[in-house]
Amino acid sequence: MTTIVALTAVDWEMAAAGGILIGLAAGGLMLGAGKVAGASTIVARALEGRLEAILFLVGLPLGAWAVSAALGLSIPVAFAAPWRLVAAGLLVGFGARLGNGCTSGHAVCGLARLSRRSLVATLTFMAAAMAVVAVMGGAPS
Amino acid sequence: MIRLALYLLCGAIFGAGLALSGMVNPAKVTGFLDIGRAWDPSLAATMGGAVVTTFLLYWAARRRSRSLLGDEMPKPPSQRVDLALIGGAIVFGLGWGLAGICPAPAFAVAVLNPLALWFVAGLAAGVMGYGLIGRLTSSPD
Repeated sequence: MTTIVALTAVDWEMAAAGGILIGLAAGGLMLGAGKVAGASTIVARALEGRLEAILFLVGLPLGAWAVSAALGLSIPVAFAAPWRLVAAGLLVGFGARLGNGCTSGHAVCGLARLSRRSLVATLTFMAAAMAVVAVMGGAPS
Repeated sequence: MIRLALYLLCGAIFGAGLALSGMVNPAKVTGFLDIGRAWDPSLAATMGGAVVTTFLLYWAARRRSRSLLGDEMPKPPSQRVDLALIGGAIVFGLGWGLAGICPAPAFAVAVLNPLALWFVAGLAAGVMGYGLIGRLTSSPD
C-alpha cells in the first residue's frame, strides 16, 4: 500500500530551489552558448576531448560541494554495491545515447522546449525506473 | 575563454541545484520512484522548478537570432517518436532505477562520495560502447 513520506516545508523548498538552479544553468547555457544542457550528450563530447564539455562536468561537483558545505547538507552515503553501480551506468549511458538524452536532456530541456519526443522519453524512462524499484525494492543496498 | 568560463559556471550552478534538491542522493531518488510503497513526491517540485525556469529562459533565448556568444540557436526539436527513442528510454530507465542516480548527479556527487565513480565508469563505457556500435554498423563494409 502506498504511503507518502512525511515532508517538511523546507524539504519542498530545497527541492524547488534546486530545480530553479538547474533551470538557471540550463537556460544560461542556451542564452549564452545556444546549447541544450543534456548531461549524456555533454559526457559524449567530453569523451571526444572537448574542453568546454569537460569544464561543465568539472563544474558539477564544484557546485555540489560548495552548496553542501555552505548549507551543511548531509552527504549521500547510501549507494548501491559497486557491481550494481557499474551495471546501472552502462545501461544509463547506452540508453541515453540510443534515446538521445537523459534526465536533463529530455525531462528538463526537452520538456521546456515542448518537445513531444522528450515527453514520450520522460514518461517511458520514469515508468521503467519505477518498475525496477517496484521489483527490486526501495533503498539501494 | 568566456565560453569556457560559461560552461564551468553553468556546470557549477547545475551541480549546486542537484545537491540542493537531493537528486544526488540515491535514497531520495529511489523514494521518488517508489510510488507503490513509501513515496517521496518532493522531486516533482525539482522537475517543475527546473522545467518552468528553463522554459522562461529558453523563451528569452528564442527571441534572439544568436546566443550572447554569437552561436546559432538550435532548430525547434524534432517531433518524431521512433523505436530508438522508446528503447533507449527503457534501457536508461532500467539503469536509473537500478542505482537511483543519473548522469549529471553522478558527476556532481563524485567529490562528496567517490562511490559514484563506479557509476561514472559504467556510464563512460556505455556511452563509448554506443559510439563504437554506431561506427561499426554505419561503416559501408
